[in-house]
Formats: sequence, C-alpha cells, structure tokens
Amino acid sequence: MEQRQIVINHKKYRFNPGSTILEVAAENNIRIPTLCHLKDASPTGTCRVCVVEIDGLPELATACNTHAQDKMFVLTESARVIESRKETIRKFLASGNHNCSIGTNQERDWSLFQAKVLTDDGAEELCPAWGDCRLQDLAYQYQVQGGTSAKKPVNYPMETVNPLIIRDFSRCILCGRCIQACNEIQVNKAIRLGNQDTDPKVIAGSDVPLKDSDCVFCGECVQACPVGALVEKKSRYQWRPWDSEKVRTTCPYCGVGCQLNLHVRDKRIVKVTGVEDGSPNKGRLCVKGRFGFDFIYSDERLKTPLIRDKDRFREASWDEALDLVSSKFIEIINQSGPDALAGVSCARSINEDSYQMQKLFRAVFKTNNIDHCART
Amino acid sequence: MTNSFSEFSKARMFLVIGSNMTEAHPVAATFVKNAVQNGAKLIVIDPRRHRLVNFATRHLPLKVGSDIALLNSIMHVLIRENLYDQEFVSTRCTGFEALSEKVGEYPPERASEICGIEAGIIRETARELASVKPVMVCYTLGITEHTCGKNNVMTVANLQMLLGNMGMEYGGVNPLRGQNNVQGACDMGALPNVYPGYQKVDDPAARKKFETAWGVTGMSDKPGLMIPEMMHGLTNGRVRGFYIFGENLANTEPDMNKVAHELKSAEFIVCQDIFETETTRFAHVILPAAAWSENDGTFTNSERRVSRVRTASPPPGVAKPNWWIFREIAKRFGHDWKADSGKEIWDTEISMLAPNLGGIKYHRIQEDGLQWPCPTENHPGTPFLHRSGNFTCGLGRFSPADWTPPAEVPDEEYPLVLSTGRRLYHYHTRTQTGRCEGLNDLLGEETADISLADASRMSIEHGERIQVKSRRGAVCVKANVTPEVPEGMVWMAFHFNEGNANWLTNAAFDPFTLTAEYKACAVRLERM
Repeated sequence: MEQRQIVINHKKYRFNPGSTILEVAAENNIRIPTLCHLKDASPTGTCRVCVVEIDGLPELATACNTHAQDKMFVLTESARVIESRKETIRKFLASGNHNCSIGTNQERDWSLFQAKVLTDDGAEELCPAWGDCRLQDLAYQYQVQGGTSAKKPVNYPMETVNPLIIRDFSRCILCGRCIQACNEIQVNKAIRLGNQDTDPKVIAGSDVPLKDSDCVFCGECVQACPVGALVEKKSRYQWRPWDSEKVRTTCPYCGVGCQLNLHVRDKRIVKVTGVEDGSPNKGRLCVKGRFGFDFIYSDERLKTPLIRDKDRFREASWDEALDLVSSKFIEIINQSGPDALAGVSCARSINEDSYQMQKLFRAVFKTNNIDHCART
Repeated sequence: MTNSFSEFSKARMFLVIGSNMTEAHPVAATFVKNAVQNGAKLIVIDPRRHRLVNFATRHLPLKVGSDIALLNSIMHVLIRENLYDQEFVSTRCTGFEALSEKVGEYPPERASEICGIEAGIIRETARELASVKPVMVCYTLGITEHTCGKNNVMTVANLQMLLGNMGMEYGGVNPLRGQNNVQGACDMGALPNVYPGYQKVDDPAARKKFETAWGVTGMSDKPGLMIPEMMHGLTNGRVRGFYIFGENLANTEPDMNKVAHELKSAEFIVCQDIFETETTRFAHVILPAAAWSENDGTFTNSERRVSRVRTASPPPGVAKPNWWIFREIAKRFGHDWKADSGKEIWDTEISMLAPNLGGIKYHRIQEDGLQWPCPTENHPGTPFLHRSGNFTCGLGRFSPADWTPPAEVPDEEYPLVLSTGRRLYHYHTRTQTGRCEGLNDLLGEETADISLADASRMSIEHGERIQVKSRRGAVCVKANVTPEVPEGMVWMAFHFNEGNANWLTNAAFDPFTLTAEYKACAVRLERM
C-alpha cells in the first residue's frame, strides 16, 4: 500500500491516517505551540495558537484538530503564522488582568495598570501564576508586549467563597481547558461555558459558586488552567516554580495509589499536582489527594514520647519510653508467654514499617499475633 | 486486583458491585466514566443509587446482603441458557458440577424474593453479561463487610470464571482496596498466618527460611490472632500487651461501646501514631511517629504496584520513622538489625525474602512503580494475573456458596437496615483530613442518609436532627433526605466521633476472615 506522506516545513513525514497535524508534528519533534489543547480531551481549536499555514488553503488552520492528509504541505512557523500567533497572544494579554509585566516599555501606563490589578487582587504580588503560565511563556517566546492597551473592567468578581479554589474571572481567557478537564477527563460535569450571548463566562450549574454546584473539588480544572484564573487557595502566593522543589510521591489516601508531585518550599509542602503521564492516575487527582496534605503541619502532631501518669500523660525521652515498653513486654513474655502480646500494624504507613513490625513480633517476641485492618 | 487501572478506560463492560467508586476511589471512577463515554456498558449492583449509577446502563438496587442470591441466580441463567464460556470452564476450571448444582437452587423467581430484583431483570442482566467479552468486575467493601464476606468474594470469582473473563486484559476480579497500603501491609506479612510474600507460618520450610534470614531460632509455628480475637483477648487476659500502630480502633471497629470496654480492660497498650486519637486515650505509652512525606519508603496500591514514597519535610519534635522505633525495641531485646533506611529494608530484606517482589528494587521504581509478581530484576512486572487462564494453583476452582442473611435483620423494634461506608471529603476517622484546611468546611458533620419515602412516612424534614438507635447504641445526627438511599435503609459513615456509625454497628464477623458486618445491622429512627 502506498505510504501517506505529509510535508512539514519542507520535509516529508509518514503518518497514520486519522492523525492530526499536531500529532504528526509532535511525533517528529516539530514543536507547534498550543494553549487550549488538553491531553486526552477532544481538540477544539478554540485558542488558535496552534495555527499553521497549509498550501492551497486561504485561511490558517488549527493544527490540533486538522487531520493530516496525503501530500499536504504545511508551514508551522511562516511569517503569516507568526503574525497570527502574535495577534492571538496580544488579544489574550489585553483581555484581562495579566500583570506579569511582559516587556512593556510604556512605563507610566503600565504602573497604572498594575496598581489597578493589585487592587482587584487585594494583594501586593504579581499574578499568582507568574512563572507557571502558558500565556506568559508564549508571550516571551513570541515577544509580545502586554499592558499596551487600557485595563479592561472586570465584569465578574473573583469567587473566593469556597474553601479550596479561587476563581479569578479577570484572568480567564476562555480557553475551555477547565471545562474539558471537568467534563471529559474527570467527568464530573460541574462546569460549562455560559452567558455566551452577552459576556461569556465559565459557570457552575446555573452560575452559582462552586460549593453550591455539582463540583467535587478534585481541582482538575486548576491543574488544567494555563493562566492564573484558577488557583488553589492554599497555594496562592505561597509558591513560585523557581523557589520550590518538586518531590514525586504516592498519595496517602485510598488504594488507587495516585502519583503526586509535592511542591516543597522551605521544607514545607505548599502545593500538590498530579504527575502527568504517571501510572496509575495519569495526572488526575481527587479532592483529598490534591488538598489533603497540610495535616502533617498541624500543631496537634505528637512531638515527643508520652507515658501515662494516672489520668494524664507526661512527656518522656525515647530511652525512657522504649525501655518501659521493652521491660513491660519482657515481663509479660516471661510470665504468660509470647502469645500474650498482640500487635496491629498500619495499612496507611509504608511497606517497610509493616515489614519491621511483623519481624519484631515474629523474630523478637516469637509470636504470630500480628494483624492489620486487612479486610475492612 | 487481578487487573490494572490502566485497562479501565478501554474496557467494554463493567460490573461494579458494592463499590461507591466516585466517593471512595474517585480517580479510578474517572477511568470507568471515560470508558462509558467511549461506549462501554456499565452495570451497577448496589442498594444505593450513588453517583456512578448516573453513568450506568443498568442499575440493580438489590436488598442489602443479598448478593449471593442475585449472583447465583445470574449464574443459574447463564448455565440454563448455555451462555457461559464452556471452553474456559472445561479446560481451565474445576468444580463445575458442584457449582451447577448449587446455582440450580436459585432460579430467578426464588432469587427475586430474596434480593428484590425482578426475575426478568435478572435474566436480562445475565444475557447482557454474556453478550460482551471480557467483562471487568470491580467490587469494594460492599462485598467483603458481611458475615458472608468470604462467600461473597468466592461467588464473584465463580461468576467471572463461568464467563471465562479471567486471565485477560479488561476482565478479571478487581477489589478496589480501601487504604493506600492495605495491599502492601498484607504483602509484608502483617497478617497472623503468613510471612512476607504470603509464605505460611505453619510451613516448616518457610519458617526455617525466615529464621535463617533473621538469624533467630524458635519462631512460633502456629498462626496468630486476628484483630477481633486480640480485642476479645484484652478482656480475659489472654492478651496482656497490645501494640497499636497507626490505627484508631476505638472508632473504626464495630460497636464502639464494646471496643471501649475492651481497650479499657487492657493491661498495657502502646500506641504509635502521628496524633492523639480516640484510641490513644487508652494507651499507657504513646510513641510519636513520622508521617507520610516525612520518611522514605513504598506503598503498594490495589493493582499490586509498588510505588515510591518520599520525604518532603522533617517530622516534628523528636518524632521518628516507624521502622526506626521497631528497630530500637528489637535492640533492647538484644537483636541488632542492620538495615538503616527504607531503601535498605526493601532492597536487602523484603525483596530478597518475598519471591514475587524479588525484581523490585528502589533503583527500578524511581518513576512509575512496578506491579508484582516481579520475580527478577529484568522482569517488567505483571499488569494482569492468570494469563490465558493459568491459575496459581493450576485450575480455577469453583467454590459455590449459599446465600445467608445478615446476622441482624430488621424487625418490628428496629425496622431499618443501617449500612455504612466512606464519604468523599473525609478519610476514616479524620485524624488526617480533619486537620486539612477546607475539608471540614465541605463536610463538617455526620448525617443519617434516609430515603424520601421513610422521611415522608415519619415526617422527618431534610436537615432535622434525629436519633438513630440500634441494640448497641444511639447517635444524634442530621437527617439527609436523599434519592440515593432506598426505602428501608439508613446510610452513615464513620468519619466523626460524634454521630459515628460504629456506635450502632454490629460486631458480627465472617467466620473465616473475621471481617465485621459493617454493611448491615438493624436500626430505628426517632424524631427528637
């Protein structure tokens, strides 16, 4: 059978029928920038950042949802393409409170813009997504200046009434990634595009706060948001990518074993995201995995061994506590035999801990009275 | 699980039984929903119309605890109508005659009287299950937390063998484990009858192997006690010293008044934990432990995948890793354990002693984890078990079982069934989630979930405080009137001390596994 061939940037590539231009390019290490494109969701072409020039077509086409065809001739970085992308990025930057000071030279106007945005934010910092923003990356890549047009009024106030997610409509570029994350990835169907006739907005239910909607606070939308429109309340201004380190680990809650990236700043977890492409969760998390990490910093943590003293506990050293445990266990073994001891291990702790505990009971105490909540 | 989460999104049909996946395993549920959106069929068997039912092609709201009657009847139809996988059954299984005879006693008309599902629906469900191959079965504690839990599990396995859905991708029997490392704790031998890697304590060769590895002699050859036996032993002096590591037994075991009595009777309790809990109140010594993300180690998930856990921040005060604490106690008994880190314990002991874990070393699981069996260092791990119907013990053995009712069923005095479980925003007794900002705002107290019919019959308003009483206790909670719950049922969780369902639950156990019947006891409601 004749091989299908597409020409991208003057080089020929084979492709599987049904592939999009974006997929064929990616397979061949040709980078076409994207913004609204979300892995594992259906491509929409909404943002038009991925436009390419196709010979014979009067309009530029979006690479994410245009299928590759035999003998198609594609340019991914032509002058027309670059001008179009710049215009797209410029439009997005001008659409809201994108105060990342991208290369503007209009000093005074910028300061004014910045001052107004900080008032909107009720904060004294730049956009909470600064440094972790796809739009900002693109603006740098294509050298597009922001802050060149007057600040747009914010038509929808920031939603802060739920405990976990801040929805900042002044920074939403309506790319639709959050909607896809909610409807196609997590399939919770809590948010959609509303007010389309007047002033479009991503809405929950009949435009109610998230806490009053079907939202289950998995935060997939936050992870999908390419700008600063959706931010974790716990992480807002606590975190910048350059001052934190990423530690990969496994979620401590249910038996799915989702892979997490802990974003750690000054030896403190400030944010959790799913490990994209990691098994088994492929980047997805639930409310507990994403937002249930701060218990480890509770003031109520046990910090020192405690020994009962009548009706209360008193603090003790490790040596005193462990000597007491050992001497009491030895006394019981001597008087009643090792089977008078019993232990329950922990199904939440690491394998190495359970291994050590059963080894302690079997090899040291000489009893098999070791169990855990295996069956519940 | 015999199979893997990565198969979910490509499966063609699911049978989900006794599993409230969207709340208890939310991320796993997303892959099931993806499959349904791509055209897969989903049959949900559950008394409650929980959120996953919105995606189901068919929902069978069976009566609590009637699973065996329903599944036996489905198998009755499969055999009667010759819809089962005859080749798989004749070449890969044994005991078909006995199964056929037993399920022969469950014609749909009889089963219908027990489980409340119409005979016609039972027949249609059987035919539907036989129409697609393979079908993936997922279950959770709705199957195991019954006095017939073991028989429930066997019956689910019988169905999948009869349909020939074992040993292949997108099929299998898949219990979703409730806790992050309950699979691992089993694999590690934190069980009274097996050493790490499921090597039996009453097998002299296995005992010898572990005595040699651990440099000791005289290890016990008799299987130990299970948790309910230990708890009972506290009351009669059979157990004098009780070491509780990271479990809040006071609130998680059935019949909390009974549990409190048992813990209070104990001569000497050591609790090793990260917080004071309702259980540490009974302790004589409390040892402070490092928490998740404060030490290096591994968890093993439901699909047998061993993944890394890493340190992000140091433990508070002088809290120490659990493995260190156990090693220090061993030292006081004159035992000098060499391994001095999670990595050393795993690489030089666990993976050397458990054959199925032999090929898993820390350097191999720096990114994605590996699924056991993984016997050698060049083995890629095993995404699904029993490939081509090759079962561990040769042929798959049908283990037919009869339906038995729950230990306590509704009567005039206590006319409703209480069933219990977990909710999305909290985990178990909230020692962790209760201390996470935001989660208490999303769910701040326990409720009794009741049906519209019962609420209207008793004139109970949504949000009204009511009393739920069983023979063992009473709690006062808000009524949550919801279409999720069928008439005759009350559903509650055990996240909060106040209003905890375990003040009410029945300490009746499966005779083999000693799993408590958290899913069924009799209660009544009273307005206040």
